[in-house]
Amino acid sequence: MELLDNLALGFSTALLVQNVLYCFVGVLLGTAVGVLPGIGPTATVAMLLPITFSFEPVTALIMLAGIYYGAQYGGSTTAILINLPGESSAAVTALDGHVMARQGRAGAALAAAAVGSFIAGTVATVALAVAAPPLARVALEFGPAEYFSLVLLGLIVSIALARGSALKALAMIALGVLLGTVGQDIYTGTPRFVFEQRELYGGIDFVSVAVGMFGVAEILRNLENEQTRTAIVSKVKNLWPTREDRRRIVGPIARGTGLGAALGVLPGGGHVLASFTSYAVEKRISKRKEEFGNGAIEGVAGPESANNAAAQTSFIPLLTLGLPAHPVMALMVGAFIVHGITPGPNVITDEPELFWGLIASMWIGNVLLVLLNLPLIGVWVRMLRIPYQVLFPMIILFAAIGTYSLSFNAYDVYAIVFFGILGYILIKCGCEPAPLLLGFVLGPLVEENLRRALIISRGDASVFLTRPISAVLLALAAAALVIAVLPAIRKRREVVFAEDE
Amino acid sequence: MERRRSFPDVLAGGVFVLIGGAFVAGSLGYELGTPLRMGPGAFPLLVGAILAALGLAIVVKGLVAGEMISFGPIPWRAIGVIVLAVVFFGFTVRGLGFVPTSAVTALLTTLASSRVRPLTAVAVAAGLTVASTLIFVVGLQLRIPLWGPWLGF
Repeated sequence: MELLDNLALGFSTALLVQNVLYCFVGVLLGTAVGVLPGIGPTATVAMLLPITFSFEPVTALIMLAGIYYGAQYGGSTTAILINLPGESSAAVTALDGHVMARQGRAGAALAAAAVGSFIAGTVATVALAVAAPPLARVALEFGPAEYFSLVLLGLIVSIALARGSALKALAMIALGVLLGTVGQDIYTGTPRFVFEQRELYGGIDFVSVAVGMFGVAEILRNLENEQTRTAIVSKVKNLWPTREDRRRIVGPIARGTGLGAALGVLPGGGHVLASFTSYAVEKRISKRKEEFGNGAIEGVAGPESANNAAAQTSFIPLLTLGLPAHPVMALMVGAFIVHGITPGPNVITDEPELFWGLIASMWIGNVLLVLLNLPLIGVWVRMLRIPYQVLFPMIILFAAIGTYSLSFNAYDVYAIVFFGILGYILIKCGCEPAPLLLGFVLGPLVEENLRRALIISRGDASVFLTRPISAVLLALAAAALVIAVLPAIRKRREVVFAEDE
Repeated sequence: MERRRSFPDVLAGGVFVLIGGAFVAGSLGYELGTPLRMGPGAFPLLVGAILAALGLAIVVKGLVAGEMISFGPIPWRAIGVIVLAVVFFGFTVRGLGFVPTSAVTALLTTLASSRVRPLTAVAVAAGLTVASTLIFVVGLQLRIPLWGPWLGF
């Protein structure tokens, strides 16, 4: 069995002492930022990215991945206990989870979330291990024309999933792509849009963009209306669900896992979509519809399983195609590149230890998360008492230090305020920051493959339509664009996301 | 949902038109090349034009049938203080060194909240300076001098 050999290789890498240690650090930090409202995994990964540069590549990626899926776990704790989703995908968990907590069943809700997440994470990790290699083999056949079309498809699908107006999301992508062109041109070396500043020749650092858009802008949003957090947190007891509860969560966990694993592959926020879809499905098929919104345990177990499964499978496009499905993945592309590895189909053959080690570490991370979250729930509850007045200066200071340590370049630090304010204005106007970051990271790939494909085809632009795979991908992109703009489907999306507010 | 003239839409569209237009104008200064060998200006020109067009569409839509988004208050104090704090950090970290720069940046940042009390601010700044020195310089071996040349070290 090739799969078993590969997994054995993965576990032998992931179980090395330093890898287990950093996996633990990653999930610990991830849980912490997931629990704390006001800071998300994207800003955290961006701030911590510079310090992982000195690690072994596999260790760095294991830790960064841990932050990402750890945050999905932590987000549910806050959602259940204080009705404040720490992470957007946990918003739907708050609907029933918080009601359960008020009824004194917080323990059962937390346990359902943790057990569901663990089962979903395990199954989705296996799905990732099975699905990734064949996909990578297909992707190896891709030329520049196919890559161009694929990246374009990825960008356009990401807007179909973003909240709010599709027009604005498209504009945010274009803005991201444009910002990505700052710096020296790859083919001619001409410095573009650098205003004669030598510090800008290397381009704008994506860490600055991410920290600005997701860290600084978020802080400004939170400082608009300062309220003391009303953390009425009841004591959590009776973690073990009753027999009745256990019977009721089996189905939702299984369905949530399947949905999440499938939807997680979509770029742009599959985990959010997955948890909303799972909630809708559970509500529709339940015999006790009236309980939904009034503390139905199915409404916690299903969505939590779905978002955790999606968090795992969203690594599939990253590891096989080099396409990030989430802003955190976009940062991980950067982490790969810093370590001299081009993310994409070659990783699996060139760096099998890294590839399988990362996958195996996700399962280990899920075990650690269950251990961290259930017995230590009291610690996380106490963390909610940290006042925001301590938290936001810490984020700003760490962000400044983190971006400065990228290359000891003060421009990287100035860039975070620039992007913080730009992001703040645009977010206030109803634009989502995630498409901009995806555009920023993928833009250079679009340009490079566009130009390379045209050089190979001797300047014939029809090459994108005459090569079959490329044509299919472009057709899918066009279809996704139509779907995103079509009013009927837009309305449905608004309904799905309306409960998120 | 109510739909009418929307200030946020017009503002967002305006920002897009402005930035897209600036990139278009800038890219005309670079070689455009031919489809076979695209010059450095071609791709930004194309994307800049797309962005400006999308921005224009958002402005027009905002004038006739915009999204109603509540714009909310603007935290001028927080914006000013945070900009000042971060720029101070970038400008002085090399000269003053890690410890004084972190302390001043943290202290400035705490002032962004309108509810801050002086004692809390000092305590938070001191705590964060110690924590970040321990984490970044002692723990992670970041190569920034603790005290910089401007202080005579």
